[in-house]
Parts: sequence; structure tokens; C-alpha cells
Amino acid sequence: MNDMSENEINLQAATTSAIDEIVSHYPVAEAALLPVLHKVQDDIGWLPVAAMDWVAERLDLPRVRVYGVTSFYTMFRREELGRHRLEICTNISCSLMGAEHLRDHLARKLGVRPGQTTADGRITLIEVECLGSCGTAPVMLVDDEFHENLDPQKVDKILADLEALDKEAGKDG
Amino acid sequence: MAEKVLTARFEQKDSYRLEGYRADGGYKALEKALGMKPEEVIEEVKKSGLRGRGGAGFPAGVKWSFVPKESEKPKYLCVNADEGEPGTFKDRYIMELDPHALIEGSAIAAYAFGSHAAYVYVRGEFKLPMKRLEEALAEARKAGLIGKNILDSGYDFEMWVHPGAGAYVCGEETALIESNEGHRGMPRLKPPFPAVVGLFGGPTVVNNVETLAYVPHIINRGADWFASLGPEKNGGTKLFGVSGHVKKPGLYELPMGTSLREIIYDVCGGIRDGKELKAVIPGGSSTPVLTPDEIDVKMDFDSLAKIGSMFGSGAIIVMDETTCMVRAIARLAKFYAHESCGQCTPCREGVPWIHKILERIEAGGGREGDIELLLDICDNIQGNTICPLGDACAMPVRGFIDKFKAEFEKHIKQGKCPIGPIPNPWINQ
Repeated sequence: MNDMSENEINLQAATTSAIDEIVSHYPVAEAALLPVLHKVQDDIGWLPVAAMDWVAERLDLPRVRVYGVTSFYTMFRREELGRHRLEICTNISCSLMGAEHLRDHLARKLGVRPGQTTADGRITLIEVECLGSCGTAPVMLVDDEFHENLDPQKVDKILADLEALDKEAGKDG
Repeated sequence: MAEKVLTARFEQKDSYRLEGYRADGGYKALEKALGMKPEEVIEEVKKSGLRGRGGAGFPAGVKWSFVPKESEKPKYLCVNADEGEPGTFKDRYIMELDPHALIEGSAIAAYAFGSHAAYVYVRGEFKLPMKRLEEALAEARKAGLIGKNILDSGYDFEMWVHPGAGAYVCGEETALIESNEGHRGMPRLKPPFPAVVGLFGGPTVVNNVETLAYVPHIINRGADWFASLGPEKNGGTKLFGVSGHVKKPGLYELPMGTSLREIIYDVCGGIRDGKELKAVIPGGSSTPVLTPDEIDVKMDFDSLAKIGSMFGSGAIIVMDETTCMVRAIARLAKFYAHESCGQCTPCREGVPWIHKILERIEAGGGREGDIELLLDICDNIQGNTICPLGDACAMPVRGFIDKFKAEFEKHIKQGKCPIGPIPNPWINQ
């Protein structure tokens, strides 16, 4: 293992020990690639090249194998997004329940288009495919947490709660 | 109401904990199965008529029987919890509310075909189902229900969670195996079939979560009981996920063979806001659409195949008269274009073209010959790719054109959408 690259991305001890545990579940280390990338991303928020390189060394893989897998799966983020991610589904069942109107409502309130981050770096709005929650449509993930049966009032409340959260954390602006 | 099998424990407090599961007789089926010969377990499941609940409807016991008895390489069970088919939202509730049923069913299945290890491939967005399942696995491990020498039977069985990362194609069994091995989720050519060469080169069975969760009940109460719950060759109950324009969308457990009309009008309270039914997708986004005069169909694998559609995952998407059929199928085509893995040219190129042409028609730029062009692209996709993802787009495109051709023609002729913009449900608030 290359200590320098590990230092570069500063993983918590809990993350590296969780990774050791995960690798032990498989007969070959490379099979742990997806869960290990998830752990690293959960720790540092996204997957910079240094993080992918660290994973390549940890699992004894060519770097290109890690880059190839990271770019194939939509949940792996190769760029730093806003502090919060709003991922709204507009696939068929959500669309039938008005999801595009909620998407546009969010875009107006945040002053961004889907795929963009607010100028203060706080919120990224993302339009996503089916989240598997169609009976409670429309649905949105807020930092990985499901919010279901949405309407404009609930969406406004989510935005207000995020703002309050950030203010409390002293990170606002 | 009909008998509940999988959802019977869903309403209980802490239904996901081992203590309550055992109090309700949980893991008795595993104990019983471990006292049977593996081939007797397979025979019982074959006799029950249990068919795969992921979409294809292949008889589960028959699938297990394809695994060779002797194998130099370890055999594996892959539990398919990728649940990506638009409209489908059932497996997440099993993992959230009764994860031990899945663990017990998986252990019985693994014992039946001689596997000592299972991976549950859970779609990455399902954080809570994954957490509940991990906790349940830890409880089961501590209680000696999984791990070495389970229930003092001398049989070893381990089970781990493997998170996906947002790729619909990984619900296809060979793509799932690739992804479970740490690769891009690109489907493999068959043969060899996974039952012979699968995960890490060993014989592998891929079963859906719902399929496996029925197994303990079949062992406990017998194949005949299970078979009697549904029509011939379509045994058991089914989790139906109903979404769209009904008064009460949600997850319902009903006997196989319940009519679609009964599900829409009795179980789900009919169409909301006094509107008329226009179209129903009966089994998830890949299954050809039905019109209101077809909803007396019985919801089982054979009845839907007979009328040219598919039972799929039992995900029913209901659309009322305000829905534009071109927009609906254009939205689905967008999904398939996004999810094509890019391996086979007909799917990689054809599906995005289908999406573009449908968007063009919806936006008012449709040209004469576009309908024929769409059908021609479908012809060039179907049967010409490694996996069914391209077909999963082509089939519903054909279905929508077949059932609603006049609406497509009207779009092209008028140069605009005759239905108008998507209704805003909150406009009067």
C-alpha cells in the first residue's frame, strides 16, 4: 500500500477498517471494488483521482480498471458536488404524479438547471432515473435519504430544513 | 381479503428483528429443510409452481436443478435485489420489513443446490433496506443461523450484501454477476449459463428477493398449499406494486391470477379525480401496454403472455385520460437510452434514436414515416443483442404504437401534442 496516496485523501481509520472487512467477504479482492468505492466516497464525499488510485493500490488493480468501473455507474461521483444533493426522479410513475413540475419548482427556487450547483456551493439539483419507490411518487433523494409523496410544500420544507441545518453547522455561505 | 404470505408480518412492530421472526416460527423451515435431502427440497419447490418473481417467470426449482451436483469450483447464490425496473418497488419492503424471510429462503435455496455462499446484490440507492439486511445478517450470524455449521447441521452457509451503484442493466443476471465480481455491468453471452459458469467461474443461481422469500413458506406449509393459492402453473401470491393515476397506489399482496380490473378498481379504489382509464402497463416498464378493454386479464405469467404482453415484475402503472401516450413512451425510451451499457450496437445506437424520434414527435416535429422508422429500428434491435435491455425498450415502443397508433399519427399530422402539457396537480393550490 502506498502511504503517500493514502495520506493524500485522508481516509478515516473507520473507513479503512471497514474496507478490510469488506475485502474479506470475497474470494478475490477485486470483487470488492464497488463496495470499497462506496466506502471511500461516503468518507470523502466524491471520488477524486487520488481516491481511485488509492483503491487501485488497495485492491491490487490497474488504475484504469478502477476508472472504468467508476465511470460506468451513475452513483460514483467523479466531481465534487454541492454540500447537499437533491436527486429527483422523473421516470414514468413520478412523471404521472407531477414530478416535472416539482423539478421546475426546485430549479426556479434554487436558480439552477438540473445538473448544476447553486453559486454558494450548497445544493446540487440532479434529475435521476427510477428510484424504486413508485407507489409513493413523486420521490426525491436528499443526501441519500428517500423523501416520498412529495408536493411543492414538502419540497419547500426540505429546502428550509437544509438551510437551517447549514446555519446551525456554521457553514452557511 | 385473501391470505397474506410475504406481507403477513409487515405491520408488526420491529418486524425486521430476529426475535419476533423466530416467535412467529421463523427459521423452522430452514431446520426442516436441513433434515431433508437437497433433492427433496428442490422437488418440493418444483411441485409448488413457484416461478421467478423478477420478471422472467422461470420455475425456481427447475433453475436450481440445472446446477451440477459435483463441481470443482464453489457454487454461489446471487440474490437479485437490484430492483430497477420502473414501476417496481417490492423487494425493498421485504428487506426493510422482513429481512429474515429473505435470509432463511436464501439458506434453504443454497442448501438445495449445494452452495455455501450467497451475495445479495442490492441497488445502491436502497440505504435503509441494506442497513436492515446487514443488521439481520449480523443477528442471524450470532444465532448460528448463518455461518459455520448452521443449526448444528454440519452445513456451512455465509451471506453478504453487495451494493450496486446505479445501473439498471445489472438486474440482468449475467451483468449482475459481472458487477458482483467488480466489473462494469456488461452482460455475458449465454451459453455458458450461470448454472454452469457463473460467479467466480462457479455454478451460480440468480434468484429474485421475492422468489426466495416464498421458499420458507413452501417448506413449512407444503407445495400443494402454495400451488393452490394461484392458477395452474402460477402458484402462490404475488406482490403487486401499483403506481400512477389510481386513488390508492401502493404495494398489495394478492393471489396470482387476480384480474387487473379488480386490482385497479377494487383494491386501489379506481381512477383518481373521476377520470377515465386510458392505458395500463401491467408488469413494469418493459411490458407492452394494455387498453381499458383488456383489463379483465388475469394477472399471471401465462394469461398475460396469451394477450401479447408480459407479467414481468407485477408492477402496474396506471394512466388516465390526461396522459399523452407519446410522451409516456418517450420518457421510457429516455430511460433505456440512459441505461444501455453500450456493448451491443443495435441497443447502444438504436435505443437513443428511438428516444430522439419520439421526442421529436412529441415536440411537434414528427415527420411522415417516423412511425415506420421506429418500428424498423425495433426490428433491428430485437433478437440482435446479448441481453434483453434493447428488447425491453423495443417491446413497449411496439406496444404503444400498436395500441395508440392514431394518437401518434395525430401528433405528426397536427405538428403538436394533441393532449397538451403535463397537468400540474398543484395548479389550484
